[in-house]
Amino acid sequence: MNWWSRPASDTQITHGGRLWLYTLAAIIMLLLVIPTLIVVPMSFSDSQYLEFPPSNWSLRWYEEYLGTAKWIRATATSVQVGLLTMLVATPLGVMAAYALFVSRHRATKAIFLLLITPMIVPVILIAIGTFYAYGRVGMNNTITGLVLAHSALALPIAIIVVTAGLRSYDLSQEQVARSLGANRIKAFFLITLPQIRFSVITAALLSFLTSFDEVIIAIFVSGGANATLTKHMFAALRDYIDPTIAAISTIMVILSSVLLLLTQFLGSKRGGNR
Amino acid sequence: MAGAAPLHEAALQRQHRREQWSILSLVVPAMIVIILIILIPLSWLFYLSFLGDDGGFSLENYHKMTQYKSYYRIFVTTFQVSILTTLACIALGYPLAFFLAQLPPKWAGIFMLAVLLPFWTSLLVRTYAWLVLLQKRGILNEFAVQIGLWETPIKLVHNMTGTLIGMAHIMLPFLVLPLYNAMRKIDGDLMHAAANLGASPVHAFWRVYFPLSLPGMVAGALIVFVLCLGFYVTPAVLGGGRVIMVSNHITAILENQFDWGAASALGVVLLVATTFTLYLAARFFRFDAVLFGRD
Repeated sequence: MNWWSRPASDTQITHGGRLWLYTLAAIIMLLLVIPTLIVVPMSFSDSQYLEFPPSNWSLRWYEEYLGTAKWIRATATSVQVGLLTMLVATPLGVMAAYALFVSRHRATKAIFLLLITPMIVPVILIAIGTFYAYGRVGMNNTITGLVLAHSALALPIAIIVVTAGLRSYDLSQEQVARSLGANRIKAFFLITLPQIRFSVITAALLSFLTSFDEVIIAIFVSGGANATLTKHMFAALRDYIDPTIAAISTIMVILSSVLLLLTQFLGSKRGGNR
Repeated sequence: MAGAAPLHEAALQRQHRREQWSILSLVVPAMIVIILIILIPLSWLFYLSFLGDDGGFSLENYHKMTQYKSYYRIFVTTFQVSILTTLACIALGYPLAFFLAQLPPKWAGIFMLAVLLPFWTSLLVRTYAWLVLLQKRGILNEFAVQIGLWETPIKLVHNMTGTLIGMAHIMLPFLVLPLYNAMRKIDGDLMHAAANLGASPVHAFWRVYFPLSLPGMVAGALIVFVLCLGFYVTPAVLGGGRVIMVSNHITAILENQFDWGAASALGVVLLVATTFTLYLAARFFRFDAVLFGRD
């Protein structure tokens, strides 16, 4: 019996009878992937008009990017804000996730709901809200202000990822450590943290990416010397099609692809650890 | 001796309670960030939305919304874009999720990268890619003209068409991921049973599989719908000023008139619509399953 006539599902459908589904799924997957990756070949085009396939290959848009002080400064800002957001959101997220997971207090559910509000509230509201509040305290266009706002966005994601890690871990190991004389803090750092480390790393990577890719809050509360890469990109997109964006986009696609593959790898490790 | 036991118990209980509090205190830093960045600014906007020109309490900002035709158009556009995007995501996402759910887990993991890669890629980058793909001299137009689909390049971007295409692409993973999770949980034996009892594959699908996948589909659709309501970047870039959704108008009010009251009031309406939709979702599904389909 060849693959074609073998049963494909729990009913009597064969792979041959499923061909339409495979074709359709393939088309949809191509529709998802091609527009995501198309910027890569386009960024190596020599032309102003971003033809595809490029008639002449060149690195001129990368030179343009690397040679423009505005882009370099914005990139430095975005990386700095992303790293700081990671450093704020990850420990705070781990602490909150641990507390909500271990505690039997009545209030945990309400606290959890409070902590995930940044996922529910439309970002435009967070943007204009912080813009207004920062205006009152002089925090607009500051790195601190942007890091705090991005941390609020990243916190729910970090909490959810770490909670998922805690769920797949047997907390009684920590109790054993404590019954053997370790205090709670020691038991956490020596026993629990090493076992949920892949979730913690994933949370950190996601926090960085959340900040690095964020547009709307950055448009409002970042500016001047502290404007982010996304803010400049958005401004450039509204006015004209600048091929330099293709080069920057390519770098961003590579960055998120690497981070995605890293978390997939960590995820499979986490699964194997159990 | 008998009198010592309750005392001991009380002490233990006190200690237990103290420990519960000390554990719970670990959430305080996270709560402070959320309160400072989300709750206080939101309450401030809420307050501003009820402030009249004379500085007293007034409903004029809300009253304006029912008065002006421009507001009406913005609400219609927002709902139109959100509903059409959601429908497009269902039409494309259901077959894809079904395909993935039927694969052995190892293969599903590999093909799933096709969904996760765009999910992880910056929304701005994908919006930009569509801007380039759909432009007059873009690939899509050239290809369509070459194969004779249409004769001269047509306008695919800086309008509603471009916005919808871009938004459907950006939102599709948000539908596929929860739907896929729901489909994975469907017990394959049920389909066996249906087949054994004489149902044709098509019949078994519609009578057994589809109803069981429905909660996952509705959950995904609601997430997509809610996210669409608050969209800003894609309509701003791909709509070319012709597709004005609520978020775009909030920005425009602030940029042009600096009218915080009107902008806040519109924001409050958006928040209420969003919360209401999610509240509905929470009533029908486990809240965390709806929100965290990602995992």
